[in-house]
Amino acid sequence: MRGVSVSTELRAEVDLPTDGFVAVVKQDCPTCRLVEPVLAALPQVTVFSQDDPAFPEGVADRRDDTDLDASLALDIETVPTLVRFAGGVEQGRVVGWSREQWAELTGVAEIGADLPEYRPGCGSRTQDPDVAEEILVRTRGGSLRSRRLEIAALEDEVEALYDRGFSDGLPVVPPTPARVLRMLDGTSRRPDEVVAVVPPNLVEATVEKVAVNAVLAGCRPEYLPVVLAAVEAACTDEFNAHGLLATTWGAGPAVVVNGPVRAEIGMNWAGNALGQGNRANSTIGRALQLVIRNVGGGRPQEVDRAAMGHPGKVGFCFAEDEEGSPFEPLAQSRGVAPGRSAVTVFAAEGPRGIVDQISRRPESLARSLALGLRGVCHPKLVRGFDATLVVCPEHARVFAEAGWDRARLEAALDEALLLDRAEITRGAGGIDEGVPAGDSDRPLAKFRPGGLMIVHAGGGAGMFSAVIGGWAGGPGGSAPVTREVDPWR
Amino acid sequence: MAMTRTGSTGSLVILDPTDETTADSRTALERPASLDGLRVGLLDISKARGDVFLGRLAELLAERGVTVRRYAKPTFTKPMPADLRRQITTECDVVIEALAD
Repeated sequence: MRGVSVSTELRAEVDLPTDGFVAVVKQDCPTCRLVEPVLAALPQVTVFSQDDPAFPEGVADRRDDTDLDASLALDIETVPTLVRFAGGVEQGRVVGWSREQWAELTGVAEIGADLPEYRPGCGSRTQDPDVAEEILVRTRGGSLRSRRLEIAALEDEVEALYDRGFSDGLPVVPPTPARVLRMLDGTSRRPDEVVAVVPPNLVEATVEKVAVNAVLAGCRPEYLPVVLAAVEAACTDEFNAHGLLATTWGAGPAVVVNGPVRAEIGMNWAGNALGQGNRANSTIGRALQLVIRNVGGGRPQEVDRAAMGHPGKVGFCFAEDEEGSPFEPLAQSRGVAPGRSAVTVFAAEGPRGIVDQISRRPESLARSLALGLRGVCHPKLVRGFDATLVVCPEHARVFAEAGWDRARLEAALDEALLLDRAEITRGAGGIDEGVPAGDSDRPLAKFRPGGLMIVHAGGGAGMFSAVIGGWAGGPGGSAPVTREVDPWR
Repeated sequence: MAMTRTGSTGSLVILDPTDETTADSRTALERPASLDGLRVGLLDISKARGDVFLGRLAELLAERGVTVRRYAKPTFTKPMPADLRRQITTECDVVIEALAD
């Protein structure tokens, strides 16, 4: 019999008859046992058995498909499945037992005359959860290009990953091929596509490498497009991840997420928005940092020269509360069309709260928040560092009731942050640090134009906004960068 | 879902998360100045007459009061199984490997 070869993508080519019938069965299925005599009576039939190679009895061309290669090649979901081939081309198939359909496909009018009219089939072994992982790797593992590393059976896998230096200090999830393949289901992009050139070693990170690190970080596949967008954004010249890493200042990359993806992947923008406890928030920021560590080679006390650092350098990611915000969403204020999802990466220290439980006038509250922002970098230094202000819902309500939008609040903060030289000149207040004495009395702006970013997030109770100090802003340092998520889906 | 160990002999295969510029293997330790107090392993890679060489070495070491543990690779044609490597690293401080024919 001449054969048709059907590739199962990765390995075995399965020989199928050019003409005639192919059935796929398993002994464990009552309907397959029911049709056993029917198959035995069919001329020109090849039967693949998924479990017992001695089943079904009486079939001349009976083949062992316990490795499921033929079942995969034929894309079998239910057993029994009867397929008719002519000239190497599938002419039709019947799933389960239906006398009428089997008669039609085989042309044998009296087929199975003593059997019931109809019996549904059973799930194909290829659908079993216990083989799903192996089948996934077998059929699609060939698309993965990363070096395979072997961890001995006597080694503890989590310890082994620490030993190899892949961890940020917390346990990581072993990136098995199956897990990486499932992670890659989160994007339509090809595994070998280059996402970005990652500093400090300027290494091309493929979608696959980012997925491997997303597995390490504990991400779910649906987070991957957000991680990919964050990597893309962080590896731009404007964001300057290399400088941020290499500086002795302790800030690291933070990610704020806007748009529908926030809710789709269950991110937190409410209570404890900047804190722990939400998987998407915690792992997306961590995945970005692991890409910089593992792919880019940016490790603490090596190229990461931070004198202090902060706990959020393990990963710092949160979503903006757009629904409850008096302000236009951050992404829209940065040019992203409404309804689109985006990430904005920015240089971030750890957040510091600002209490104001008294102000009910927007002017008072803006000055109050400005006072909190003044401490960024140093209360007596200006225009050195950028900052982000996370306005909490109870503070935002004061601005909403007064009809203040983002631009109005920014203007009020800018005005309140024009600092009197007499207070900030070197030596003032008995403190040697400060701005050099100038020949002008003009007040100095605390932040460069565009150096203060406003985000709305946090729990519904508590008049506590947060200041997130940044790093040197602008072309000589790091500027926030926004990238859309949807292109990475 | 339970993790499945899919490598040979129950080892776990993972994908390298790095740029892959560093060698997968580790660097060798410094050669010790003496064998005093060290746990010594003799590794036979299963090449012909390697066992003879190692047997004589074991005798010579025994005369100096050094006892040894003996190990053998299943075949010299393939890399050492990861589990044997792990076993040797946990049981020995130094290893003497015989290449013979």
